[in-house]
Amino acid sequence: MIRYILRRLAWALPTMLIVTFLVYVALRIGTNPVESYKRSNPRVTPEKIQQYIDINGLDPNYVLGYFRWLNNFLTGDWPRSIKGSREVWPALKDAMANTLRLGIAATVVGVFFGLIFGLLASLRPGGSRDIAINTGAFVGISIPPYISAILLQLLFAVYWQRWFGSSLFPTSGVYPAGHTGFDLFLMLKFMALPTIVVAIQIVATYSRYLRSSLLDVLNSDYMRTARSKGISERRILIHHGMRNALIPIVTVAAIDFGSIVGGLIISENIFSYPGMGLYFLKSFGDGDFPLLMPWMVIIVASILIFNLIADISYAWLDPRIRLE
Amino acid sequence: MAFRRFVSHRAAVISCVILGLLTLLVIFAPFTARYGVNESVQVPPNSFLTPRANAWLGTDDIGRDLYSRLIYGVRVSLIIGLLSALISVTIGSLVGAIAGFRGGKFDDIMMRVTDLFLAFPFLVTLLIVRNVLGAISWIQPITGEMNSVRFIILLFSIFGWMGVARIVRGQVLSLKEREFIEAARAVGASRRYIIRRHLLPNSIGPIMVALTFSVVGAITGESTLAFFGYGPQAGDGATSLGNLVGAAKGAVQTGFWWLAVFPCLMLVIIALSVNFIGDALRDATDTQLDRGN
Repeated sequence: MIRYILRRLAWALPTMLIVTFLVYVALRIGTNPVESYKRSNPRVTPEKIQQYIDINGLDPNYVLGYFRWLNNFLTGDWPRSIKGSREVWPALKDAMANTLRLGIAATVVGVFFGLIFGLLASLRPGGSRDIAINTGAFVGISIPPYISAILLQLLFAVYWQRWFGSSLFPTSGVYPAGHTGFDLFLMLKFMALPTIVVAIQIVATYSRYLRSSLLDVLNSDYMRTARSKGISERRILIHHGMRNALIPIVTVAAIDFGSIVGGLIISENIFSYPGMGLYFLKSFGDGDFPLLMPWMVIIVASILIFNLIADISYAWLDPRIRLE
Repeated sequence: MAFRRFVSHRAAVISCVILGLLTLLVIFAPFTARYGVNESVQVPPNSFLTPRANAWLGTDDIGRDLYSRLIYGVRVSLIIGLLSALISVTIGSLVGAIAGFRGGKFDDIMMRVTDLFLAFPFLVTLLIVRNVLGAISWIQPITGEMNSVRFIILLFSIFGWMGVARIVRGQVLSLKEREFIEAARAVGASRRYIIRRHLLPNSIGPIMVALTFSVVGAITGESTLAFFGYGPQAGDGATSLGNLVGAAKGAVQTGFWWLAVFPCLMLVIIALSVNFIGDALRDATDTQLDRGN
């Protein structure tokens, strides 16, 4: 087991290097960092431009430039953003904290309700409850997140205010303007709508996953054996059914990371929630290379970590899988 | 048999009818739309009219009829969805069939690349690939301007083939161990012949399913792009559903509900119908495969 983990970790490093190199090249071609620097700072001197090129590793040779950038990145010598010359780390740190809060809330809510719905649906396959949940989940995955965001915003913020005087949920930000300090209730209220938008997708996906995986398990031979031994139905379901049905879901969960982040980006944009998504869209729109690269590194690293967790937990949960 | 199973799927049949009606509405756009795509409903004041007799679904900020614009928008979006799905399915099934049949290095690299692409947040990859595609000058003659419909179609073709390739590869991997492939190989059929005459025709079910999902992918993807302001330039021939959904964002805070609700509803109806059809196709073709085994 430990050997397997170490081997996977040893692979993660070169993968990280290759992927960040690809991202580096793609961003240099796609956003043209030098041009966008000049565009944001029209009266900049040639020396400043040279300095910008040096610190960002924007060498004409991509390989050389990449390693320059990597060197500066690893030694903590991060360039400042091209707009307003802000430090990157504080902005990134705040965005990350906000997104983590939103993402974790949405995942917990989404997975919880998704699993419950999936369980309810698979208890009596083909029944009316199954059909209702299945159709609901199908509609849920068919609706792009920005559609649900727009409609929720229209209903709970704008029209609620017209009908009842005050809006039920605020539509933008983390706190009202001018608010300082920590206020859990207020924060939850601001997080409600963006969380729901992302959670809808997760609920829909997971109820479908669990249903199909649980149906597979419930039809298997060992379930019949368990039943014939006289174990209570409840114990069979939880102990034999759920435990085995969750195994394939764990792997899917980690791979789903990308789509959850995608949902977060859209949700954050619509509700002006200052997280990683808004950070990305803004810096991408500006062509802000110094802001974009660290963001990309974090995303790539998270994808690799989640894949690693998926593989390891898969092996750990299912004793039938041998790694050596 | 597969057809009967498909017809027994009630939601899919209803979806077919809805999509058929929409297609008719769109093909005969000059007759079914009441105004031109950029035509005003009446002389000013005509902006933000609520739904009424001379503008069934209301008007937008400069007094254009939302109903007519929706028809033209669906037309552009359907063209984007169908064309890019066709291109990506063609590329995807070829690459998938070759990768699955040959295995080895080509297969490994192909699957690594698609894994990587699919692991990334969709919107991030989409935006970056879009910019990269637009910045490479020698493919400019093929792709056209960055905000043209042609560019969007090619962009989603580049994106769509990977999902298709994975599906077809999986299908080919399971098919190639079957006896009839072995028989074909035994009588000396070439790889090309086997792929063309045996593997691809037997993968037609999954390919059809992949086709429907690529259509949805491209239509909603185009809307996503337009929503964030990276879509096709709204003009005479290129006002897409995405442009209309994108305009909805601005209409929410001011409470012009019709501008938000109708385009969103239209997108949901299309996405849902195509998804239902894809789902039914999968059910219809899957069970057939199971019996064959």
